[in-house]
Amino acid sequence: MQSGILTALVFFPLLGAIFVLMLNDERATWNSAFVFSLVPLAISFYLFAAFDSREPGYQFVEQYSWIPQFGISYHLGIDGISLLLAVLTTILISLSLLYSAGGDIEERPRAFCFFLLVLETGLLGALLAVDLFLFYVFWEVMLIPMYFLIGIWGHGRKIYAAVKFVLFTMVGSFLMLVAIIYLVLAARQALGRLSFDLPLLYQVPLSETEARWLFAGFALAFAIKVPMWPVHTWLPDAHSEAPTAGSVILAGIMLKMGTYGFVRFAIPLFPAVAVQAVPLFLALAVVGIVYGALLAMNQPDLKRLVAYSSVSHLGFVMLGIFALNPQGLVGAIYQMLNHGISTGALFLLVGMLYLRRHTREIAEFGGLWKSIPIYASIFMFTMLSSVGLPGLNGFIGEFLIMVGTFLRSWPAAAFAVSGIILGALYLLWTYERVMFGPITHAVNATIRDLTGREIAVMVPLMALMLFMGLYPAPLISRMQPSVERMLAGVRIEQVRLEQRAHRRVAVAPLNRPHNPALETASVQ
Amino acid sequence: MNPFSLAAINFAWLPILPLIAVTIGAMVVLLAGVRMADDESEGLGWLALATLGVAFVLALGQVGQTGFAFGGALAVDGFSAFFQLAILITAAFTILMSLDYASDNHLAGAEYYSLLLFSTVGMMLMAAAGDLVVIFLGLETMSIAVYVLAGMRRRDPRSNEAAIKYFLLGAFSTGFLLYGIALIYGATGSIKLDVIRTALSGSMTSNSLLRLGLAMLLVGFGFKVAAVPFHMWAPDVYEGAPTPITAFMAVGVKLGAFAGFVRIFLVGFLPISGQWSSALWVLAVLTMTTGNVIAVVQTNIKRMLAYSAIAHAGYVLVGMIAASAEGGAAVLYYLLAYAFTTLGAFGIVVALERRQLAGDLIADYRGLSTRSPALAAAMAVFLLSFTGVPPLAGFMGKFYIFSAALRQGYTYLVVIAVVNSVIAAFYYISVIVAMYMEEGGVEPVRMTRRPALVAAIGLSAIATVLVGVYPAPYMTAAQNAFNSALGEAAMRAASLNQ
Repeated sequence: MQSGILTALVFFPLLGAIFVLMLNDERATWNSAFVFSLVPLAISFYLFAAFDSREPGYQFVEQYSWIPQFGISYHLGIDGISLLLAVLTTILISLSLLYSAGGDIEERPRAFCFFLLVLETGLLGALLAVDLFLFYVFWEVMLIPMYFLIGIWGHGRKIYAAVKFVLFTMVGSFLMLVAIIYLVLAARQALGRLSFDLPLLYQVPLSETEARWLFAGFALAFAIKVPMWPVHTWLPDAHSEAPTAGSVILAGIMLKMGTYGFVRFAIPLFPAVAVQAVPLFLALAVVGIVYGALLAMNQPDLKRLVAYSSVSHLGFVMLGIFALNPQGLVGAIYQMLNHGISTGALFLLVGMLYLRRHTREIAEFGGLWKSIPIYASIFMFTMLSSVGLPGLNGFIGEFLIMVGTFLRSWPAAAFAVSGIILGALYLLWTYERVMFGPITHAVNATIRDLTGREIAVMVPLMALMLFMGLYPAPLISRMQPSVERMLAGVRIEQVRLEQRAHRRVAVAPLNRPHNPALETASVQ
Repeated sequence: MNPFSLAAINFAWLPILPLIAVTIGAMVVLLAGVRMADDESEGLGWLALATLGVAFVLALGQVGQTGFAFGGALAVDGFSAFFQLAILITAAFTILMSLDYASDNHLAGAEYYSLLLFSTVGMMLMAAAGDLVVIFLGLETMSIAVYVLAGMRRRDPRSNEAAIKYFLLGAFSTGFLLYGIALIYGATGSIKLDVIRTALSGSMTSNSLLRLGLAMLLVGFGFKVAAVPFHMWAPDVYEGAPTPITAFMAVGVKLGAFAGFVRIFLVGFLPISGQWSSALWVLAVLTMTTGNVIAVVQTNIKRMLAYSAIAHAGYVLVGMIAASAEGGAAVLYYLLAYAFTTLGAFGIVVALERRQLAGDLIADYRGLSTRSPALAAAMAVFLLSFTGVPPLAGFMGKFYIFSAALRQGYTYLVVIAVVNSVIAAFYYISVIVAMYMEEGGVEPVRMTRRPALVAAIGLSAIATVLVGVYPAPYMTAAQNAFNSALGEAAMRAASLNQ
């Protein structure tokens, strides 16, 4: 029953990381790191194929006792929500390695591969953990390699960015740890024993105040990671200073850990609070969408532009999540994948340009369409996917999110639509400034077009954009049952809330005049 | 098992075999080194190490046993075995770090190693103490030896200052402790911990004599574990003392002092925990916050680690405040995790120091990752463990402490501790920044010539990872250790009541 395939998926990159450390040759380092990253890629593809889309619960489950004193177990499982994010992770890590080997990273390649592979273990582990403690361990483990990736291989104010990233994230994580322990101790009273097992913790009865505080603890950690406005300030710094591969992983996967955290932990653990918090989170998401888009529009630096666009796009994901209905949630998960692919691709493209010109100032470019047509075409394709052109992946996600949001709150949906328009505006405008018009700088006429390696990095991403845009069914069918299951608790709370509201409206004012007992009482 | 089996055969020295072994070893080292030049002391170090090995085996033989010696003055139980083993490991690691250091710095080998062993005896004695006077004896044996050790680099004014400062404040704190013991005796009529416990769980729960005694004891132990506001000596002494001795003080002295602290408060005074926990609450918050905040601005790594050690004492106090079986076990586990991490970190400091005491600035760690990747990686592991990043030992320790305190309802205290952890992350991370993200710094020593030091650092690193990744056996050990101390006292108290 315990096949060990999930353990292999999570720890194979770590094995690769240790192996890479023992190599001396630079070429061999890149090659073996890449090969090591292909194994989890293959495993995740196998899991995708073997996944039973009728089953809403965890599959390929593994469970072993780890710290029996606290009821902590090494418990891995994969469901429709984590499956696709795991596939995305393995794809992006492999592509990042492939890209970085082509000249983007020249300093200390061994350490770079080491940290990137450790990061993969952390990311996959956090996605697959069914034990809350195990999740926390992986959640923290992925923080450290990213800190090194930014701090060592970044540009400009890299140390400032790296330290800011770590401290922001740690504030959230440590408070989440307190919430986790508190929750488990509360569970102990209900269950009679200590356990960090997620399915058990979903059923813990909590007082309203307790649940509210605990939700806040979790939500803060996740909101920082997302990042939601107003705790997003670490992101532009981290993004713009990180090396290309770091930005790809950061935007592509790590931010999703925040949204994933809401879906997997914050909402199903505290459904009653989540239902009450809907207006707040919808508002924050809408602010994030518009604010991110407006800031993106005003960035002179391409990479910062993409970074702020992430704030905006993640706002959409949050909107879908807090629509708290299947349409919105499926759309949100779909959009997590889309953002990973499209924004990952955008960061790669910006990185490629930077490698050629050592600048990312939009003003430095113009007319690239003529000198590097392959690059320009791929950029166009990626940008259209990011804008949400029908037929490409972005459209499906945004559409589902809008449907879900509309069902929940039409004003939120109306505001969010403006984000879509702004997004199209700033991306198309940027494209125009970079690609069209006359060549204003002579250097731009002579830069070389994409290499074979770079095309090889981009083609799989473009194929995914097209595939996910045209044929979303196999992905959505895998998500749907798990999403429905995740929302079961929320639905109960919604019904309860509506009934309570009903009673207040229906019972209170009608009772008084028509109550004969009261009337007689007042007469006497 | 009959708790009196060892005492019953009237073999009073059997429970103290590990203590005897180390004492004899210390005397042999002292005598053997009489005619030895200061820079040929390595052999003495190995001799001392062998002594510790013998004592370790003897102490290991006592695991799972319970008994008393000298009419209950010494307790042999899981608690004493746990601490004695940890203390012996600490002493052994200190010697591994000292082997090259002592001869390089022309420290008098015979005195150095024998004092180290004598101090170890004092610590072990505190771990096994069954009454207040033995705790005092252990504390003094430990402290006097360490006062001298702190001043071993005779030609260095900083070392002299350290020894004087430590001695004066140490003597002062001893006065408090002794006065406290006298008052407790006056209030309860006994110096035996189990009798005190029985008396306290009976009618006599509130008494001004008792409260004053408690306060005095808190001050005394506060000095020894460097809790704020009794911490003033620590940074100067840590900075001035020879670095392996700094490690020994930061770990060994803390282990010994906390062994006594926990024995008295969590075992002896457990029935009246309500009377001391609020005082300890204030002490813990002050200690954590002051330690962490001041550590942020340090430029000298030994001072930084000194303030970090102060902060960690604060976390341990959080576990003590929980005043439960879980809290006691958490304290023991935390101390174990802290011991390995701290020893390793100081090992790195020793490795980077040159003879003229260059290399103890944080700035000297710049670019270490390119010059000495293994050292830098090990240091990163220790720093991350201090920060509390899973799955390293330091994180598991914090997790254990926090859950114990939360379970007793100390939510605010835990939140304060968590905020502190974030502040702490700042200065630990800054060293990692220097090592991995900045250029320059001092050439590290050639590690290939110092296999003993390499072993100490390597073993610490392995232990730091292992205790974190697979904590179950160490948690069990800590639980058993604390429960045996609690259970023993309770059992004896029950038999006395009859």
